[in-house]
Order: sequence, then structure tokens, then C-alpha cells
Amino acid sequence: MTSARIHGGDTSGRTAPIRFSFCLDHGGFVLDLELAVPGRGVTALFGPSGAGKTTCLRAIAGLERVPGGFLEVGGEVWQDESRGIFRPVHRRALGYIFQETTLFPHLSVSRNLDYGRHRRRANAPPVDSDHLIGLLDIGPLLDRRPDTLSGGERQRVAIARALLASPQLLLLDEPLASLDLARKSEILPCLEQLHHELEIPVIYVSHAIDEVVRLADHLVLLAGGRVAASGPLAETLARLDLPEAFADEAGMVVEGTVGASDPAYGLVRLDFPGGSVHVAHAAEPAGRRLRFQIKARDVSVALEKPRDTSILNLVPAKVVAVAETAGAAHVLVRLDAGGTPFVARVTRLSRDRLKLEPGTAVWAQIKAVAVLA
Amino acid sequence: MSDLLQVALFTLGVALLGTALILAPGVALGWVLARRRWPGKAAVETLVALPLVIPPVATGLILLKLFGRHGLFGRFFEQTLGVEIVFTWKAVVLATAVMSFPLLVRTARVAFDEINPRFEEAARTLGAGPWDVFWTVTLPLGARGLLAGCVLAFARALGEFGATVMIAGMIPGQTITLALGIYHEVQLGRDAEALKLLAISVVLAFAAVWLSERLLRRRTT
Repeated sequence: MTSARIHGGDTSGRTAPIRFSFCLDHGGFVLDLELAVPGRGVTALFGPSGAGKTTCLRAIAGLERVPGGFLEVGGEVWQDESRGIFRPVHRRALGYIFQETTLFPHLSVSRNLDYGRHRRRANAPPVDSDHLIGLLDIGPLLDRRPDTLSGGERQRVAIARALLASPQLLLLDEPLASLDLARKSEILPCLEQLHHELEIPVIYVSHAIDEVVRLADHLVLLAGGRVAASGPLAETLARLDLPEAFADEAGMVVEGTVGASDPAYGLVRLDFPGGSVHVAHAAEPAGRRLRFQIKARDVSVALEKPRDTSILNLVPAKVVAVAETAGAAHVLVRLDAGGTPFVARVTRLSRDRLKLEPGTAVWAQIKAVAVLA
Repeated sequence: MSDLLQVALFTLGVALLGTALILAPGVALGWVLARRRWPGKAAVETLVALPLVIPPVATGLILLKLFGRHGLFGRFFEQTLGVEIVFTWKAVVLATAVMSFPLLVRTARVAFDEINPRFEEAARTLGAGPWDVFWTVTLPLGARGLLAGCVLAFARALGEFGATVMIAGMIPGQTITLALGIYHEVQLGRDAEALKLLAISVVLAFAAVWLSERLLRRRTT
């Protein structure tokens, strides 16, 4: 893993959680959030449109003043209306990436970057600007005008501009929503790289589960202005009481290390706590950390270790819980493989035949593994 | 000839001064109307638009009543500051400023309305305070519209007649502008003099339009 080189924010209290509580009622639109998210890594605010994701992000930034609101970042109180505290937006050390482009059209790319750089807070740590420009691959764009850039280029410049102000917190409001698929796949690797290098917390608003599973460490699920679930990504994705939120994407995300590569068969072994899986993937240097996703519909279970099967990946596990939706043919089974959670989707008939219940020892048969990053 | 030149320069000076006087308050009011909600906003909007909808002569009469020797403001200016306004060049500036004000405010308001507020929000998240945002983002992005508003106000000031004639009268060498001069010469039957003033007006108008086009074009490239 790359060592953290892009610094940001005040080092004291860096890992203190971000705590907030915002309640408002805009004639029908209700927001009622009380939450603490980690002070490190990427937190995804995930949910359908109208769930209150953007309003929540704007409230954190101070762009929307929620009466009675409370917000604490890095150990500092930014808003506490009960004590009359409301720090205005420009005094909050944060970066904000909007859905639409906000590069100033009257300034060149490099002067847009200067806009953030020159307004860095007095006590904020310096930012390695050359490294950041290289990482986001915007060096060749510096002399251009914003209106000559593609959507992906604009968002990369916007991210660089925000980080050059050395924020203590980075907020992204569906930064990829206005981009087509090709542009998305051009910018996602940059975001992943940033994720490894950034030392400041990131809150990422999205309604696209594929972005969330690639980027997030912590997942907050919003529905109707309320928190439906909040927790570490893998755990929350594997929660059985929320499958409808993730539709067909129910499943889990595992972070593992590359073990041996087998170029002859085009396979790579990935080790994770509790087991390992083989994935069809180009050879990777051993020890590299990769994130991969296993969907519930690609996992089945057997009571005995299957022999003579084409399925390569067999992991011993224990049933933790079984969830069924009334009338549905399938049930979701949550498994624990030496500390790593899995979710299997099996028919109700199989559940009854195999007598699956909490504590049953099984073999998880994994048909497909998708490497995310 | 020197009389003609005097009238032309006087008109130009009055129009420039009148526009300069209303520039800051006009832009500020345009911004407040575009970006803020406050009680009494509708009343202020109506009041500002008044000179556009009532006859200029009526505006002149209102100004005469307000700034005359016994008027609300006139008394203050004369007794406290010792300044007499009515029937002096100051009255010409006042009349042109008041008549141009609504045009500048309306154009400025539209210019600010057209700026996507996300740009200003982005600047705030980058650490720019309210004045910083206004000078570095709002003003440059609205510059084209504001410039157009200034040209409009200046052109209106060049041609002001009705309000001016009410509050400043037609005093040769003191309050006569090109517009007043043309009327004055025709009244006295000196058509040749009137035509000369007309020619100067046309040249000035052309120069103003040409200059503004050039300025606007430079901003876009």
C-alpha cells in the first residue's frame, strides 16, 4: 500500500469521529439524522434520490443552515445551535465536489487551482501539489480554460483544487453522476488512489452501489431522510435485513492480499482472514491489497465438502443467521468464515432440506468473484 | 463652435458623472435583489422602476419638489451643506442619475441572476469570505452584463430631457446639454445650430456603442 503522501487538515484529533445531528421538515421533506462516522477513510452516504443525501452533505458544509443542528469534526464543534455556534462555510476547512462543474469559467485551470491553494487556512499543513497534479493526471491541462475540458477532466481538476486548500474533510456529492461510463472508469482509479493516500476523512454521496463497493470503508444507508443502517462496508452489505436496499447487488465486499499467481491458468489467489479464493485475473505482485466483491446469488452452500466439482472456491463457514422474505422462493443466509462475513442466496427448499440454522457448519461454494480494485 | 464644444463636453461629463455615481449603489442593489430575500423587497423594486414607467417630466417634478429650496432634501442641502442644487449643473447630474438608475439596477440584477450560485458556493468551500467571493467570482462572472448595464445607463444619461428640463431649466452655458440644446435652438428658430448638435449626438452615440462592443468582445476572448 502506498504510504500516505497527500496530507490535509489538522493532525490533532484527526481520527476523532465526525458527529452530527440534523433535523428539519421542509413541508413533506423530512430529514432526521443523528450519526457518527469514522474520522478516517471513505464513508458512503447511499440511498435513492430524495433520501436526503445531498441535503445532509450541504448541512455538513454549512451551505444549508439547519436550525438546531449539531456538527463536530476532528474534535472541533463547527455547529451547535443550542450554544449559538455556527461556523460559516469559508471558515470550515473542507473540500466540496459538486455534481455539476464548478470550475470558475473566467480562470484557467492553473488559476483555478491557485484559488484553493491561496486560501489554505493559516495552520493547515502544506500539500504536495506536484504529486497531487500527477496523481490526478491534470498536468497537461494547466493552461487550458475550463470550458475546453471533458466532464471527467473537470471533476479531476475540481478535486485537485479542493485538496490544495488542505481541507480537514472532503465531501463529494455524486461526483460521477454527470459522467458517462467511459469517463467514470477514467476517474474511478484516481479516486481509489486518493483513497489510499488521503489522510483526511471523505464523505461520498452516491446512489450507485458499484461506486460505493469500490470506494467506501463505511456505509451509511439513508432512506426517507433517516438512517436505515450505518456500519463498516462489508458488515453493512452483508446485513440480511436490508437486502431490498441493494436489490440484486446483495452480497459482500472483502479486502484481501494477493497470494500466489498462476499465470499458466490465468488465476490469482487472494487470501483473506478465514480462507482464500482463486480469481481469474492477470498476475499481480504478491502482497498487494485488493478489494473484491462476492454477490449472494453467486454463493451456494453444501453440508459436506463437495468433491469433483467445477467450482474452485470452497470456504468452510458457519451459518450465523437466515433471513426470509414472506412468499419469496429464496432466503438469504449469512455465513461466517473465520471472521469474514459472507451472504449466500439459496432456495427455501434447500434451506429446509439441509436444515440450515444458526450454528450449522457448511461449505460455501463461490461461483464468481469480482475484483474491484 | 466653442459653444458647441462646451455643450458636448458638458453632456459627456454629466453622463459620465451620473453613471459613475449610480454604479456602486446600482450594482449593490442589483445583487441584493438577485441574491437575497428580505421584507419590503417588492416595494423597493417598484420604487426603483418608477422612473421607467412614469413620464420623465413627472419624475422631474418629483425631484423638483424634493430638492427645491423648500423640499425635504433641498432644505437639508442648502441649510446644512450650503449647496444649491436646483437650476445648476448638479441638478442635471441628479436628473440623469435618477433616470438611468433603474436601467442599471435591472441589468445588474439579470446579470447576477444568470450566475449559477454553485460557483459562489464552491468559492466559499475553498475558503473565500463573502467579499472575497463577490470580488473574485460574482463580479467577474457578471462583468459582461454589468458593462452592458453601464452602457445602457450612460446612453440614457446622454439623451435625458424631461426630468432635466424640469429641475435644471435651460440656462445657456450652465445647464444646457445636447438634448436640451437641440430643443432650445429649434425653439429660437436656429435650425442650423440644432442640426450641428444633432450631428454631435449621433457621433457620441456611435462612439459609445462601438466602445462597449469592443469591451464586451474583449471579455469573451
